[in-house]
Amino acid sequence: MAAVDEPLLRLRGVSKTFGPVQALTGVDLDVPAGQVTALVGDNGAGKSVLIKCIAGIHTPDSGVISWAGRPVHIRTPRDAAALGIETVYQDLALCDNLDIVQNMFLGRERVRRLLLDEEQMETAARETLSSLAVTTVRSIRQPVASLSGGQRQSVAIAKAVLWNSKLVIMDEPTAALGVAQTAMVLALVRRLADRGHAALIVSHNMNDVFEVADRIAVLYLGHMVDVRPVAELDRQIAVDLMTTGTSTRVSPSRERPGGEG
Amino acid sequence: MAKVDEPAPPPAIPDEDLTEEAALQAELAVSPELVAGSVGEYLRASLARVKAGQTGVLPVVAGLILVSILFQSLNSHFLTAGNLVNLLVQAAVFSLLAMGEVYALVLGEIDLSIGFVAGIGGVVMAELAKPSTGWPWWASIAVALAVCAAIGMLQGSIITRIGLPSFVVTLAGLLFWQGVMLRILGAGGSVPINNTVINDIASGNLTPMAGWLVMLVVVGLFGLATWRRDSKRRRAGLVAPPPNLTLLKIGAVLAGGVAIVALCNTDRGVIVPISGVPWVVLVVFGVLAVWAFVLGRTRLGRYMHSIGGNAEAARRAGINLAWIRTVALTLTSFTAGIAGVVYASRLRSISTALDGGTLVLYAVAAAVIGGTSLFGGRGKALHGVLGGIVIAAIDNGMGLLGFSAASKFMVTAIVLLAAVTIDALARRGRTPGT
Repeated sequence: MAAVDEPLLRLRGVSKTFGPVQALTGVDLDVPAGQVTALVGDNGAGKSVLIKCIAGIHTPDSGVISWAGRPVHIRTPRDAAALGIETVYQDLALCDNLDIVQNMFLGRERVRRLLLDEEQMETAARETLSSLAVTTVRSIRQPVASLSGGQRQSVAIAKAVLWNSKLVIMDEPTAALGVAQTAMVLALVRRLADRGHAALIVSHNMNDVFEVADRIAVLYLGHMVDVRPVAELDRQIAVDLMTTGTSTRVSPSRERPGGEG
Repeated sequence: MAKVDEPAPPPAIPDEDLTEEAALQAELAVSPELVAGSVGEYLRASLARVKAGQTGVLPVVAGLILVSILFQSLNSHFLTAGNLVNLLVQAAVFSLLAMGEVYALVLGEIDLSIGFVAGIGGVVMAELAKPSTGWPWWASIAVALAVCAAIGMLQGSIITRIGLPSFVVTLAGLLFWQGVMLRILGAGGSVPINNTVINDIASGNLTPMAGWLVMLVVVGLFGLATWRRDSKRRRAGLVAPPPNLTLLKIGAVLAGGVAIVALCNTDRGVIVPISGVPWVVLVVFGVLAVWAFVLGRTRLGRYMHSIGGNAEAARRAGINLAWIRTVALTLTSFTAGIAGVVYASRLRSISTALDGGTLVLYAVAAAVIGGTSLFGGRGKALHGVLGGIVIAAIDNGMGLLGFSAASKFMVTAIVLLAAVTIDALARRGRTPGT
């Protein structure tokens, strides 16, 4: 595990422009292991760009990304995967026509003598799913097209766990999910952090964020305006920060911890 | 890292409220051979899937039986050994081209050039093997196939590097390679083939005994591999078909093999006795076996399916889309080259009469009739073979009945429309509300 005083992932002064648009300006962020860090912000605040910079889809124009205390360059998704960074995308990067095992191993199939080693992959996938208590799927050989939204999200997260990822990034993991499915996915995110993974979730949903996050980072127009433990924030402050970049309130009122939203 | 001070067994996540409909869909999505405990259960599960629109190769097999009954009732010559073997030989070119097209279709692309790429393959082989050039048969065929593969790689590179639609690039290929073929063939317009080995590909036969031996060896190897794989899965406690079902599957393949060899070994000569399995049938089954293997059991095949299913997901999984697409289109053209060699061998010559436009349309039609999706992500080499046989059966049967080419085209078109309709309807049934 990372050194005690170094967070697993540290961003310093990360900037990114697309033509005339300044998407990120000098962003600093620490993502420690064993905790859920929530990244919040209004539409266009740069959340997606930031996680894509970490995931190797975009390359930052300037700034330093350190991984376990060591500066790294993440140029492709493969680089990110090699470090142990897995991203679960909002639009669910799963192939509908492939089954659960095939999706979990996509791009990193186990091969023996030129042939796909289906037995080994299936065993590993099954173990991972049951260790995460993802038990609602009927068969791990069913195509992903036949799964519900929550099940698909669970498969996508389990895929990250299967690869022993140290950091799992989730973009809107509960968007478009029902109440029960949301609870299932949030429980899974919590379990991920309890097992020692670092989790970074992007979400619009304040209920979800305050339920599952340990730390909250707020982006506003490409600037990181605040990063705090969840206990030092309430919904009102978070919303102020997201919409205006500042908040006149300094700390949550002691009477109603967690706020009411 | 994985087992970092794992706490007590995690509490089970509350079950989702699965609606009955969703549960049914999930049930149907699992291949019956993986969940059935017995042969009876397997049949019930299969029937449920067919009812729900997940039909697999069933429509094409049913269509084939229907077409056979129809033609046999109109002309009793249709189901004779001689005509059926002839039909298999006629189907070879369609089946080979369709197997090539399957690679393009699985990606969600299309290759319109393969008809004339096959023509180029035939021309190159004929030019090299003719007495004035005098190359040995194997070198002529090898160079012809290499040329076709290179054409596929060129077109694939243009499509992936510049980012043009495969439809347009291969449409240009259709015109260009037709021009090249006409230019090489020149005013004479025809190159005869006198090499006996090359001509025997389409018109030579194995001896009856050799036919039986080859069939038994092939079925034996297939049975052994299938049995070992399934019992290994059962031992490891993975989802696997029950032993009865494995035996049934091997038995069905054996029965099919016996039927084909028995059919081919029946004397079908009119003046002198002719019998034996045509070499070309072996060629088609050989290509089928290798391509089925590539598409189903290798990383390359898995990547092709993933690109056809969700190219963005494949890209994010770190798959090199341009490379896999180029390889697939190269294999498409390579397979077309094999079809071209068989085509030239069957006519014992190659001439400007080769209609690559019709051939490619038949190839796409055959792949789709066989069950390959036009929308990408679903396709097997077997689809190409079965679809090719359907097209050849229509051609052959209507020929026996004395119909003109015009009627053949119209009937083939209707069969194609029916196949695409089934595909589209099945697709709608598969993904409810998404």
